[in-house]
Amino acid sequence: MAWQRSSRVAGYRRDDAEAHPPYLHPDYKGTRLRAPERPLTILPHTLSEITGPVYGPGQMGPLDHDLTRQHGGEPLGERIIVHGRVTDDDGRPVRNSLIEIWQANAAGRYVHQGDRHPAPLDPNFSGAGRCITDEEGHYRFVTVKPGAYPWGNHPNAWRPAHIHFSLFGPAFATRLVTQMYFPGDPLFGQDPIFQSVRDPQARERLISSFDLDATEPEWALAYRFDIVLRGREATPMKRTPK
Amino acid sequence: MTPDPGLGLTPSQTVGPFFHFALTKEDWSRLVPLDHPQAIWIEGTVRDGADDPVPDAMVEVWQANAAGRYAHPEDRREDLPLDKGFTGFGRCPTDAEGRYEFVTVKPGPVPDPNGEPQAPHIDVAVFARGLLRQLVTRIYFPDEEEANAADPILTSIGDRDLRRTLVARGSPEGHLHFDIKLQGENQTAFFEV
Ligand SMILES: [Fe+2]
Repeated sequence: MAWQRSSRVAGYRRDDAEAHPPYLHPDYKGTRLRAPERPLTILPHTLSEITGPVYGPGQMGPLDHDLTRQHGGEPLGERIIVHGRVTDDDGRPVRNSLIEIWQANAAGRYVHQGDRHPAPLDPNFSGAGRCITDEEGHYRFVTVKPGAYPWGNHPNAWRPAHIHFSLFGPAFATRLVTQMYFPGDPLFGQDPIFQSVRDPQARERLISSFDLDATEPEWALAYRFDIVLRGREATPMKRTPK
Repeated sequence: MTPDPGLGLTPSQTVGPFFHFALTKEDWSRLVPLDHPQAIWIEGTVRDGADDPVPDAMVEVWQANAAGRYAHPEDRREDLPLDKGFTGFGRCPTDAEGRYEFVTVKPGPVPDPNGEPQAPHIDVAVFARGLLRQLVTRIYFPDEEEANAADPILTSIGDRDLRRTLVARGSPEGHLHFDIKLQGENQTAFFEV
């Protein structure tokens, strides 16, 4: 039968337990009624999990990666370049993979009807972009630095400035949604979303680095954010006992 | 420059409440046109531990086509047809009542790591404010009792009631219902992927 062939598949390594936050992190109030309580069942990586949606550069618009040129005029705020490389944890490039980003404007306000922060909207800034990584896993966006914004989690709670990232990687098993932060933000200490990552070294990996080499003189500062997705098992998975 | 091997993984963070203008601006909930001869509707409600609807979740689905072939280079079973225009990927935000829906086709069987066919299923990832990482589950089909009973992944869930949460329910109008309960009584079975 056709479905029987090529069924031996190499899965993805499950070595990310320390890197990711727990579902329940009570300091982040939103987790309290949404974190599952029953233990998760291990899902072996079958063909369903080692495959995932495929996109190509042809599906991107020419300005999708440049959030400063999606309207009639230029947005207010500090123009920045955000770039980096997506690899797996063996250092292999994650190529031709969709990255979607979204963020608040320079005043800390999202173009979203649910955002009630009394900061101005910018008619020249939507804050959404996307691109496809190149053959080496590189990506590059042009945007403005997002502002910090308040939220209702605890008294005087403010989110550190951040850009939301969504990545598919090569497979359903590599899907990652995360947030990129900026170096030296004074709000890290009181932010339960950032602090939900328990390992301090893993937390640091959410912070971009200022990248003088990638700045464009007279035009824009640059930040580098490298993203590491889980790597592949070296050999096809063992047969599961029947 | 090649990064050192053994790089630390980038941690997950919540999708937050404000993703719609970026992630669901296009309607990705129709995997096939409404008039597709084999179209099926899958709909459901996402609820939290207080049984309240979750109005700011995003549900993603990933599936094989009706022949059981994934539109992905690692599915090398080239004698199975690919359907032009069918990516197998869908994305739908929940509405104010926590509801989502997809229009798609029932996937064909795909092999498990032993080469045995798995029961037809759709992989599901749920994202929301308050979820620091996506939750993963699977939709199985109520008209596949025999295949479901033999499915190694479905049967790996020891608790019968928990296992049952993964089988969609049929409705009189012919739609499939698949509710997602994040926490508490009748919690959906979730997987560690
Ligand atoms: Fe945000």
